[in-house]
Amino acid sequence: MTERVLEVDELQTVFYTRAGLVKAVDGVSFSLSRGETLAIVGESGCGKSVTALSLMRLIADPPGRIVGGSVRLAGADLVKLDEAAMRKIRGNRIAMIFQEPMTSLNPVMTIGRQISEALILHQEMSRNAALERTIRMLDVVGIPEPEQRAKEFPHQLSGGMRQRAMIAMALACNPEVLIADEPTSALDVTIQAQILEVIAKLRREFGTAVILITHDLGIVAETAERVIVMYAGRKVEEGSVVRVFADPQHPYTRGLINSIPRLGLIRNRADESSRRLQEIPGMVPALSNLPPGCTFAPRCTLASEICRREVPPFEEKIPGVFAACWHAGKVAAVANA
Amino acid sequence: MGTYLVRRSLLMVLTLFGISVLIFVMLRLVPGNITDIIFDSAGFVNERQKKKIERELGLDQPIITQYGRWIAGLAKGDLGYAYVSEKPAIDEILPRIPVTAKLAALALFFSILFGVPLGVISAVRQDTTLDYVLRIISLSGLSLPSFWLGLLILMAFVHWTGWIPIYQSSPGNLWKEIALLSIPAAAVGFRSSALVMRLTRSSMLEVLRQDYIRTARAKGASDTSVNYDHALRNAVLPVVTIIGIEAAFLIGGLIVTETVFNIPGVARFLVEAIRWRDYPIVQNLVMFIAVVVVVVNFLVDMTYAVLDPRIRYEG
Amino acid sequence: MANHDHALELEKAGANITGRLSSLAFLARRYPLGAIGGVIMVVFLLTAACAGLTGLDPFTTDARSSLARPGGEHLLGADFMGRDVLARIVFGARISLAVAVGATVLGCFFGVVIGLSSGFFGGWFDLLVQRLIDIMQSLPLLVMALVMAASLGPSLQNTIIAIAIPLVPSVARVIRSNALSLREMPYVEAARAVGMSEVRIAVTHVLPNTLAPLIVLGTAQLGSAILVESALSFLGLGVPEPHPSWGRMLSESAAEYVRSAPWLVIFPGVAISAVVFGTNLLGDAIRDVLDPRQRQ
Repeated sequence: MTERVLEVDELQTVFYTRAGLVKAVDGVSFSLSRGETLAIVGESGCGKSVTALSLMRLIADPPGRIVGGSVRLAGADLVKLDEAAMRKIRGNRIAMIFQEPMTSLNPVMTIGRQISEALILHQEMSRNAALERTIRMLDVVGIPEPEQRAKEFPHQLSGGMRQRAMIAMALACNPEVLIADEPTSALDVTIQAQILEVIAKLRREFGTAVILITHDLGIVAETAERVIVMYAGRKVEEGSVVRVFADPQHPYTRGLINSIPRLGLIRNRADESSRRLQEIPGMVPALSNLPPGCTFAPRCTLASEICRREVPPFEEKIPGVFAACWHAGKVAAVANA
Repeated sequence: MGTYLVRRSLLMVLTLFGISVLIFVMLRLVPGNITDIIFDSAGFVNERQKKKIERELGLDQPIITQYGRWIAGLAKGDLGYAYVSEKPAIDEILPRIPVTAKLAALALFFSILFGVPLGVISAVRQDTTLDYVLRIISLSGLSLPSFWLGLLILMAFVHWTGWIPIYQSSPGNLWKEIALLSIPAAAVGFRSSALVMRLTRSSMLEVLRQDYIRTARAKGASDTSVNYDHALRNAVLPVVTIIGIEAAFLIGGLIVTETVFNIPGVARFLVEAIRWRDYPIVQNLVMFIAVVVVVVNFLVDMTYAVLDPRIRYEG
Repeated sequence: MANHDHALELEKAGANITGRLSSLAFLARRYPLGAIGGVIMVVFLLTAACAGLTGLDPFTTDARSSLARPGGEHLLGADFMGRDVLARIVFGARISLAVAVGATVLGCFFGVVIGLSSGFFGGWFDLLVQRLIDIMQSLPLLVMALVMAASLGPSLQNTIIAIAIPLVPSVARVIRSNALSLREMPYVEAARAVGMSEVRIAVTHVLPNTLAPLIVLGTAQLGSAILVESALSFLGLGVPEPHPSWGRMLSESAAEYVRSAPWLVIFPGVAISAVVFGTNLLGDAIRDVLDPRQRQ
């Protein structure tokens, strides 16, 4: 169970724009174990999607480029592979599902054809064998009347069903890693739960490791075991979901957790501050123009001289939780005051 | 699909009516009529003669009546009489149609044959040297007046072979006819190819930007598969519409090219009729052109509806 | 990861450029074809504007020089009446410019007014306009212009009108669909909520945002106008004597001189093609620059 499927080491992806050099992913490292669900959270523009696309080597060049680090899938470094070899891996050993199922599916191809394509491509199945397996996959993801659905076009399915079809397509070849980029953001709340359930079920059955990219901490709490919090292209906190949520070490993480509206707030000694919704003041900085020192400092209530001068190291603050903050220990103290 | 068909048909009929009114009005913008011109060139005005001719031609009736008679005639297939030759208009127009039709078909064929593949290649290899070269060629195709291209081709022919390809009447042998017509068809077709190429290119580029192309790549599909299986299938749909736009484009080219190459077709006849102020002919010919354009667009829309699963299977 | 690795890529992307002149230079390098188009247009404009200053004479006939070959006194040759081809081309630029700009401005003006009101205000007016646009677009540009020119009679002004009128529906259609989408924009809602009158909103908020597609459309129409004018003049129904027109120069020379005086066929055609080519290049480049989807 602790077998590592994916090891990312100091990944760096940049974009060359008129505004200058944008370091979208600036030295991100993590590992993924078999069957584990890792969540990557952060606001829009923090680099989580770019990280995912970098793992799949789907970054358009120009204007982007992976300029450093390694991504090891069972030993082989994906960054160094040539395109032909990488294509054999995409959809086969690493797969990805996207946010918008309507626009992410080809409108003029039947669902069955699109899913079979992956099977024919990677497992050299015949058309018929691929279609059979496709229908079985559609059944597994919970689509009723799969034989009929396979002959239909994307616009004939509902949003939830399309997303299920996307999942079926991604898992058809039984990949070791599934990257889910905001899989439920475009769906209704009730459908969201269903889709998450489908992913969880498949994870149990096939033993796929899942990287879940989202900005929704509620989903993280429900489905993930470990979480990485990203800000401005770097990791700011990492640890098990239980521990990070209970005792967040980084002020940004605390801010994210505090900005979740909760029905029936748990009152902490009749503390006013824990009842009011707290927002994080300020905005994410332009990635082409990052401040020196800690990138979160301009928005941080705990920021001091050293924060503005030097980048804090990413180290273990409490057992099992890593963070990059000069004042990690003080976070809890201030909130409980 | 059924309601779509009915709706489009009704729209088509409505549009045709509107066009007939427009044509009728356009030709009568300036006060005075054919009789003034006849007498202008004669040098004097004989009022009685003028009134007599006016009555014969039905020009003394109120405008609405004149329009009504024209439309009624159209429905019956009676296009009135040509001023100049005094033969029934339909006898002048009908025999000239086949040549123009063949020329148009050839030009259309050339434009698709060259335009679509080159447009796809240009899009797939965006911003490479090949793309730039193709874009420049297509832009120059759109910039050259087609009559000038015709003249240049004639010049080249005369220079290299010493004779001018003359098409007086159908040479009987189909292949010979196609060969002879290919030359003016190339002149007309060059501009059309350029248009088709540009539109195919932008349609293809638009498709390549879509999310489902990213999904296809994420599945590990090769570039060829992405471009042809996934992208082209979607890009072709707008290209079908392009053919409808091209029909209108083509007609303008036919008019001047038939004039340059002296081809006895319907398009050249329009110009002649205008010069001779033969208004019944002009009216009917322009109406004919409009009908062709509208019908072609209608057929194109129907084809599109059949090809696009989003319309064929309405949810 | 050394910094000099990035410098080259950044330069290509045009990072850190300040100042108008360097921005212009960057655009010229990024869109070389557009730059060429711009140069052609400038040359065209200058030629048309300064025609009178060159001392060339396009009108005087000179039987001795009839069909003179290019070179010497007549740099580009002379036509059958002995008129200097170069002079007629230079002065023809004026006519082409006048007709093209006149027709385009006229067509765009009415097209914008009609399209904007139709798209923004909607209602029965919009339905009527839509039908009219459909009807008018069923006829090819040249055919419509031909009929109009024939019916109005040959003169410089009539040619301009004959070309302008068919241009109106194309412009109206584009502006209308633009206005339709802009109508739903939140800032329009906000302006309404503040109590601005509809007309004021249309003019101050919606109109400026239609400028970008209008410019692209305008340059394309300019090219079309030049081509249609030359076709009309070629057929004898456009700009009449004594104005020199490139299109008419070609008709006068047509099949008869193809063998004997090719310069009469080549030069006017080159002039037309070059100018239209310029407008197309420029129009394409402007469209690429202004296209919001290009900027990620």
